[in-house]
Amino acid sequence: MAMSLEEAGVPTIAVHTNVFARLAKASATANGMPRTRQAFVPQPLVGQTAEQLRGYIEGPDPTTKRPFMVEVIEGLTQPLDADDLRGAGLDRSTPRLLEPDTEENLQQLFLRNRWTDFLPIVLPTEERVEAMLKGTKVACDKIVGKLRPTAFREFWEFDVEKVAVNAVMAGAKPEYLPVILAMSTSGVTARSSSTTSFATISVVNGPIRNEIGMNSSIGALGPYNHANATIGRAYSLLCQNLQGGSVPGETYMGTLGNWLAYTACFPEAEERSPWEPFHVQHGFKPTDSTVSVFFGGWYTQSGYGPRDNWQSKFVRCLTALEHYLQPLIVMDPIVARGFQDLGYDKKKLSAWCAEHAKLTARDYWDDQWTQTLVHPLAVAGVEPYASRLKAKPDEMVQLFLPDDIKIVVTGGETQGAFKMFGGRYSGRGPGTFNKENPTVVIDAWR
Amino acid sequence: MSERITVHDPRGYPPKVGDKRLAPRLDKLDGKVVYLVDCLFENSDNFMEQLRQWFALHLPKVNTRVITPRESWVDDANMRQKVAAEGNAAILGVGL
Repeated sequence: MAMSLEEAGVPTIAVHTNVFARLAKASATANGMPRTRQAFVPQPLVGQTAEQLRGYIEGPDPTTKRPFMVEVIEGLTQPLDADDLRGAGLDRSTPRLLEPDTEENLQQLFLRNRWTDFLPIVLPTEERVEAMLKGTKVACDKIVGKLRPTAFREFWEFDVEKVAVNAVMAGAKPEYLPVILAMSTSGVTARSSSTTSFATISVVNGPIRNEIGMNSSIGALGPYNHANATIGRAYSLLCQNLQGGSVPGETYMGTLGNWLAYTACFPEAEERSPWEPFHVQHGFKPTDSTVSVFFGGWYTQSGYGPRDNWQSKFVRCLTALEHYLQPLIVMDPIVARGFQDLGYDKKKLSAWCAEHAKLTARDYWDDQWTQTLVHPLAVAGVEPYASRLKAKPDEMVQLFLPDDIKIVVTGGETQGAFKMFGGRYSGRGPGTFNKENPTVVIDAWR
Repeated sequence: MSERITVHDPRGYPPKVGDKRLAPRLDKLDGKVVYLVDCLFENSDNFMEQLRQWFALHLPKVNTRVITPRESWVDDANMRQKVAAEGNAAILGVGL
């Protein structure tokens, strides 16, 4: 926004907390205005009293040690110098091939450049990439999509070959490539730069699950299947490499990080589920092969059942979730059949969850990201948030709408277990580009 | 001696970024309208209020106006046009 205002002729200075200094400068450079004026206050801002905030304003900029307000005023009034007036266009074209070198040196280069996830990778030689490309009939130079780590960064584009390169690195097989290509068109990055440490979780539906040997049985969410593991890993690797990086302090700010950023992809156990598959719920034919990319992978709640107390258990789990991030409920077929015996299908169970997952308005609004992401919408009159804002502090408000809550069935039936993940299928928020149609047909990429 | 091999660059295609220029700076802030843009991160409203109070106390001839975009993480074109039409400078914060 600062750069847009500058272009509109308004001298502007952007204030950030100091931990974002590298990211703010990198972002300004990447957007073609490296000399954007910036000033910094200490971290954190959240939770600081008026007096503490006043102290920030009257104190030093922690990055320059000069008085913060001097930085602000000079940023708006000090005349532009020769460096400011010099053009700052960027041409960062990347080569198709790297300079030839030994395998050991190239492995070190990939590590040094942060092109890996720090697990061993398969070097993408010309031969290996060519073999990978046999997994699709789509031309290798067809542009597949674009990705960026967050809404204020620039989009990077990529073609089929670039996706294949990253698939090779992850150890994937050519027959997995259509799934990986389809995921790449979702627009949902698995390497969001958000401080909240988002990842993605991808669910595969349709015939391709069995054709490529994916595992929807014992250990479906774990490291027990080549396709599950390497498809998820390929998506994570390609997101960081094709969007222009995921470098801590510059293009990644997740304070805790997220294990699901290594790999998180599994198929639905359609044959053993009593309910219609996820993709059929969303308008696709059972014979379509699809992949659905959920943005989140943040909290996890878990339990067993449905036991006699399932309702109170579900309410406890649902209300413990981050209520700005919709839940993805993953359940073993035993659990699904148990709910079916109680008269529920996916739609009815989602509706029950939405109806009963309630908090007091006080607790609902007392959340950093609900305040940041949801509160402005409520103030603007957008429902259902506006009604939640009108509620009295002790009044109970619903956390989710029925359509927010997605259910997928997978697992080996060794136990009636379920998990609830933060997993936004669609909707508002940083990190999602294609907000309305996150399920992608794989067959177009075969 | 180890064999030398050729491998692909795994990175995507970055956009070409054209020249963008900063706006000319003001000779002084006195008598000017400075928009304080609250970017809607938690507590940035209180930060902007403290900033407004600082200007009122130390530079009272500066006309400060607090303004917010319609939602966080969104480039609000209407708000931007208002700032450009009615303001002389802007301070954005706090966050990204």
